[in-house]
Amino acid sequence: MTILAAEHISIAFGGVRALDDVSFAVAPDIVFSIIGPNGAGKTTLFNVISGVYLPQQGRVRLAGEDVTGQVPEELARRGVSRTFQNLQIFLRMTALENVMVGRHRHEATGMLADLLHLPAVFRQNRATRAAAADALDRVGLSAFATRSSASLSYGGLKRLEMARALASEPKLLLLDEPAAGCNPSETAEIEAIIRRLTRDGITVVLVEHDMRLVMNISDRIHVLANGRTLAEGTAEEVRANPAVVEAYLGAGALSGEAVHSAGSADHKR
Amino acid sequence: MNVRAVFEHRLASVVAMAVVAGALPLFFPSAYYYRVAALVFVFALAALGLNLLMGFAGQVSLGHAGFMGIGAYAVAIGPTHLGLPSWLPLVAGAALAALVAYLVGRPILRLKGHYLAVATLGFGLLLAIVFGNEARFTGGPDGMAVPRLVLFGWSARGAQAWYWIAAAGFLIGAALAYNLIDSPTGRALRAIHDSEVAARVLGVDVAKKKLAVFVVSAVYASVAGSCLALLNGHITPDVSGFLRSIELVAMVVLGGLGSVAGTLVGAALLVVLPQTLTVLHEYEHMALGLVVMAVMIFLRAGIVPSLAHALGSTRA
Repeated sequence: MTILAAEHISIAFGGVRALDDVSFAVAPDIVFSIIGPNGAGKTTLFNVISGVYLPQQGRVRLAGEDVTGQVPEELARRGVSRTFQNLQIFLRMTALENVMVGRHRHEATGMLADLLHLPAVFRQNRATRAAAADALDRVGLSAFATRSSASLSYGGLKRLEMARALASEPKLLLLDEPAAGCNPSETAEIEAIIRRLTRDGITVVLVEHDMRLVMNISDRIHVLANGRTLAEGTAEEVRANPAVVEAYLGAGALSGEAVHSAGSADHKR
Repeated sequence: MNVRAVFEHRLASVVAMAVVAGALPLFFPSAYYYRVAALVFVFALAALGLNLLMGFAGQVSLGHAGFMGIGAYAVAIGPTHLGLPSWLPLVAGAALAALVAYLVGRPILRLKGHYLAVATLGFGLLLAIVFGNEARFTGGPDGMAVPRLVLFGWSARGAQAWYWIAAAGFLIGAALAYNLIDSPTGRALRAIHDSEVAARVLGVDVAKKKLAVFVVSAVYASVAGSCLALLNGHITPDVSGFLRSIELVAMVVLGGLGSVAGTLVGAALLVVLPQTLTVLHEYEHMALGLVVMAVMIFLRAGIVPSLAHALGSTRA
């Protein structure tokens, strides 16, 4: 059984082939990581899967159903959610309000009811607030609920995006570098959060440069380089693949030692 | 902030503004002051609708006076040419403004930033030209007289009556705006303002929400336009002119984007200042410009949010 399938995805920007015939299939309730050097096409792939970009060739399937060309809000209703590498926080809102927006697809009231603040809106707000508070709790940000989101640390904002995505109750969650810029203890927390997600029946597709985290947590790893698939397999298989070693990781990085960011990964190349 | 605090905060702001509206006439030495204050509330209502669009959803409109024009000409043309009872065109004008906003908004709200600004600018100019040229219905550039509003046999006449009507209209508009802030739609609009892509990924239908708030803001402007026409008893195409649209934007930005109370302050500043600055004769416009520039330089987030921040409150 497959929850997400990418079939021969290709997309080019100007003359640059960002993705070239990329295919993979993701089984439910696992952590599926996509790794590769900067510019390999990882974030572009996320943008295709979440409907932000339309691929020029290829199909995207959710649980077997072709969803190619569906816009992000449609995919959100089908249970796809994501975070962003370059944070997309609602900075004028509190942490809790950010997460409340994540409940949007479960909210039923319309513009007119909202303007009049009918009792249904009052009940809706209460339910939304409770669910959002719960999602904040899952990422350990309860203490910051009423704080302006702009006042959170970088690691805090990364987790806030996770809480916001979780609040939408996704089946498939795309995490774009959740540990980037995080210190080792924050990274350990994020690892623990991701492990809990798969236990709760959420499939996680992860883009991450922190090799220790990727190797620890991934059930399968898909390696991209220059927009093409280089390899796919378990952590051990990828680690042992000479093409991967040569193209990307460098012998030292494969063991998962002391590589915490895109920058350091590049130095090790 | 829990539900109760939000509710109390919201209620407190409306009550505070109602108290101001109720107490203000105690300091009016003449009927002329009623008239100026009524104008403040009328423009504040139109600007408040625009603030929902600009301050919450982050979308600009440089043609919003066009919707004021629709409301204004509705109450003029309805009774004069169509023989409608005077209250009906007020409602019909709002409905027409909503329909026009829906039809115009669908294509142009896809545009972003400067492009949206220019498209709305064009829309406003277009309406002003229509009002100016369809002389058979509108009286052309000279405008036309507006029959009095008659409600249940009571005829609304004079600045004093219109002061209370305009104040009530603004307070209702303010209450609705506060309702919207803390609602599913309000949160979605504020999310769109900060990151459209994140809002979409969370399931917000961005195009639909933008269109909804554009329609609501058009209704605010139309009702304000009707009130303005009925208050003045006469209208010209200037009501929907480019300068009017810019004035509305200036009221929103001066008072504070996203601030309901700020909209009232911004409208008060731009309606009252020109009246008081007439003592400066030919330097009037220069002084007005300097005041506006000074506000933007020293109270960058707008008057009310900047002062609220300085006083340590989280939101005004």
